[in-house]
Order: sequence, then structure tokens, then C-alpha cells
Amino acid sequence: MKSNILSEKDIEKVGKLSRLKLTPEEKELYLKQLSSILEFMEQLKELNTEEVLPTFYPLDLKSVWRKDCVTSSLSQEEALDNAPAKERGYFKVPRIIE
Amino acid sequence: MSKLSFLPAHVLSEKVRKGELSFSDITTEVIAQLEAKDKSINAYISRRLEAALEEAKSLDESLAKGEDLPSLAGIPLAVKDNICTRGFLTTCASKILYNFVPPYNATVVEKIKKEKMIIIGKTNMDEFAMGSSTENSYFGTTHNPWDYQRVPGGSSGGSTAAVAAGEAIMALGSDTGGSIRQPASFCSVTGLKPTYGRVSRYGLVAFASSLDQIGPIARDVQDAYLLLKIIGGYDPCDSTSLPLPLPEEQLTGKVKGKILGLPKEYLSEGIDPKVKEIVEKAIKVWEEMGCVIKEITLPHTKYSVATYYIVAPCEASSNLARYDGVQYGFRNPEYTITGQNPVIDMMEETRDQGFGSEVKRRIMLGTFTLSHGYFEAYYLKAQKVRTLIKEDFEKAFQSCDFIVTPVSPTPPFKIGEKVSDPLKMYLSDIFTIPVNLAGLPAISIPGGFTEQNLPVGVQIIGKPLDEYGILNLGFAFQEATDFHKRTPHGN
Repeated sequence: MKSNILSEKDIEKVGKLSRLKLTPEEKELYLKQLSSILEFMEQLKELNTEEVLPTFYPLDLKSVWRKDCVTSSLSQEEALDNAPAKERGYFKVPRIIE
Repeated sequence: MSKLSFLPAHVLSEKVRKGELSFSDITTEVIAQLEAKDKSINAYISRRLEAALEEAKSLDESLAKGEDLPSLAGIPLAVKDNICTRGFLTTCASKILYNFVPPYNATVVEKIKKEKMIIIGKTNMDEFAMGSSTENSYFGTTHNPWDYQRVPGGSSGGSTAAVAAGEAIMALGSDTGGSIRQPASFCSVTGLKPTYGRVSRYGLVAFASSLDQIGPIARDVQDAYLLLKIIGGYDPCDSTSLPLPLPEEQLTGKVKGKILGLPKEYLSEGIDPKVKEIVEKAIKVWEEMGCVIKEITLPHTKYSVATYYIVAPCEASSNLARYDGVQYGFRNPEYTITGQNPVIDMMEETRDQGFGSEVKRRIMLGTFTLSHGYFEAYYLKAQKVRTLIKEDFEKAFQSCDFIVTPVSPTPPFKIGEKVSDPLKMYLSDIFTIPVNLAGLPAISIPGGFTEQNLPVGVQIIGKPLDEYGILNLGFAFQEATDFHKRTPHGN
């Protein structure tokens, strides 16, 4: 059997960095799938890109400015409307400090 | 005779102005079609049918009073569910946003409202626009109106299916790697991906910000052009929108002498013979009009899938970091305390349960390729190859006016056929992806049908900002053919 590009430890770490609590079945599945996708990406190594500049954006726009004018913004109430939990005008999260 | 809900907007508007129809007639007919078909098709996630009919009636009254109305007023429109609508559910087809009601409108929605178009509802899609089949939706798969066993394409599959089934006259979609053009091809409608920056992305839920672009989905090229002129233009809320005027010229269909480039890489191996035949026939149609056909080369095409599936997930992993169960959307209330920070426990379980598997796959792929030690080998490398892909087009356009290609290597595939193999699904985007990487405008127009009556589209790629050119070439094709006028069986 072919060995995977990623190890179990890699998947653990990526899950942590991605803030995803993966089930053992997910870890196994993603280990296989992500490894085969990354293996496919290896083809880019065929190309010599030493002298090539990266393209982060397709446009050549530079120094974009807009008028500095005062406009209305969301009210506190509107901004909190979709919050899963709120209290006294704040977003509420689980208690961190005992 | 075609039912009202299968006529293009420009025809309907004219009929209303002549007094042959009312706005209410159109909306009533579209709603009837939706109610008859959408149980089987599942194009919509949410609907606003009563409000739509009220708006149509009120427009009829305005017209009766002699008020001057904008040209697309009263036209029923479907909006992809990743475009924010104030006070109306916007889910991105994700559990993590299943209850999200935006407090503001996307700029395109503001523009549509100003035009007095009527929003019928929000359409199904692959979750966060990640997919090519509309199978990755928390709200179930959308079925292709031409064959319910098959996918409508994706990610804007709900929008294209709605237009194809007469459940809307026009629709808005978004295109990051082909998400307007490929479903347009699969559903036999016209779909335009404008030049990057033509249409404001303000209020479009971000997937891959350097690739995303909103565009029109319509029954024909004329309608797509009308809708582009409404939604396009500079927007101070989107610093990447272009401060340039939109095209205004009339479509003429005059294309004599135009040079069409055919990339030899696109009609080679891996393409369904019927798709190839349909594209070649389309080219003949243009050749007979006096277009000059020329073989060109886009040598880095084969690297575009790998490049895209590094760049897009990297941007996605960053854009989707905001879904943390704190500010909006789903929060898992029953997380397990592991001994680490309880907020992180909550976030990790919220995200694991809130996102579907394709979205998680891409978040992890992006997180990995951006992480310490891998950034240069993957992300930076891909952005350099992106330059080579962009330069391929620049070179090709020195010797041709347009590039004509297939949209997808195959006709619509069966539901379930590719879901278990993500890489296989990714490879089906090979002809649409390079366009997004280079930021170019491109259109998919109905090109014909297979023996099984499955639609196949043809893609026209233009130089930056040449939406007019590709629309006009498409217009010439639609003047000479009637594929765009055909409707699915039973209509």
C-alpha cells in the first residue's frame, strides 16, 4: 500500500489549527483524502518558477482610496440580533475564568 | 406557445408595456411553475411568494398611473443564497448559517431593488459555494430539470435550475471556479462570469476573495447583458470593484472577421466525444458568419486544477474562520469540556457540526498549505503558477479576439456519481478554473444536446473587460440557433 503524504499527527494538528473537533472516522477519511489531493498538487513541482512573481490578485489596482465620509452603521441591537447568546449588549461565550 | 415563465425578460417587459400582460400575470405564472415543480427540483431554500405577488400588483398600479418604471421592473428573479438580503434568511446552504438573517443588503441586491425587480426566493447551492454539483447542501440536493436523476451542476445549481424550470425568469449566481458557467451548461441557460471587479462583492459571503465574482443567469444573452448593466459598476464598499464604466453598446450580432482561438489543450483527451462534437459544431456556426478560426495554445492549463485547489482553499480557510458560534449562526450548546479553554471547546464542536464535509476538507487543506513550513511549497508556488496561467491568456489574446472552449468535459452527471471522490469532482472544473485565476470574463451559452437530451454548453472567454465582445458573439450564436429556447420535457 502506498504511504500517505500526511501522518495522523498532521491531521490532528490541522484539525486543531482549523478549530475542528474531528471524530476518529473523520480523521481517517481526511487523512486519506487530503493525502491524495496533496499528492495531485505535487505536479506543480515540475514547473520552474524561480523567476516568476506571484499573482495574489488578478487586478492591477493600486492604492485604492474612497471618500472619507461619515455614514450610518449598524446599531448595537442589529449587530447582536443574530448572536446565539447575548447579555446586556454583549456577545456571550462560555465562562473562561472560574 | 411558450408559457410566460419560459420567455426572456426583455420579451416580457415589452409585452407588459404593450398592455398584453400585467406584472401580476408573470409573477403568478412563475409561482405556479415553482409550486408545480420545486418539490421535485428543490431549487429554492427559501421563498417569498406572497410578498412577490404584492410587489407585482403594486407595480401594475404604478404602471396604470403612468409612472415611468425601470426596464427590468417586475421581473421575477432568484438570488443565490450566499448573497445577503436584509431581513431575509441567507444560509449559504450551511447548517452553520441555517438561521442567519443579514442586517444589510448586498450591493447587488440594493441595485435590484432600485430596478424594482421582484425577488422570488433564495436558491440552493453547494455549501459556501464549494462544489460542482449542488449536492453539498445542508438543504438537500437540487435536481436537474432536464433529468431529475442528474445534478444541475454547481455551485449555483439552484439558480440555474430555477431559470431552466421556469421557476424564475432570471437569477443571480456567483462564480469562483466555474460556479455560474458549469451549472448554466448543465441546465441549458446563459450564465456570465464578469471580469473580476466588474460587480461589487459587498454582501457576497466570501469564499475565495481573489476569485469570487457575482454574475447574471438568464434565458438568453440579451437578458444577461441587461442584468449585468444593473448589477455592475464601481462600489465604494468593495475596494476591488473597478472604477470603470460598464459597456453600453447595443448587441449587433456582427462578428465577421473576429478571430476565435481554439486552445488545443482543451479539445484533447479526457473530454466526452459528444461535448467535443457540440463545441465543434458551434465553431462551425461562427465560421459560417465569417469568423476566423485559429488554433492557439494555453500550455499551463493542466496545472490549473492543482493551482486553484491550493489558492481557493487557502483563502477559504481564512474567510471561514469567522464562523465560531459567537456572533451569528449555529452554536452547538452541548459541547464537551476537555479541560482546555471552554470557548475553544465550544468553537471546535460548533464548527465540526456546523460545516459539511467538503467545507471541512477545504478548510483543512487551506490551513495545512498555509501552515508553517508549507506556505512556500504550496501557496506561494501556486500563486506563481497562477502568473503563468494568466500569461498564457495574455499571449493567446495577442493573436485572437475570443477563446472558445467546452464548459465542462462531460454532460450533466448522475447524482451521487462523484461525491465519494473529491479529486474526481475537482477535475471536472478544468475548463472553467483558469478563467477565474486570470480574472477574465467568460460566458456559457446553450450549445446543444446529447442523444439523451442532456444539455451541453459552450464557453466563450474574453479579454479583460470585454463582456460586450463575448455577449455579442453569444448573441450571434443565439440568433442562428434555438437551443436556448428549448425547455425541459413536460413544459
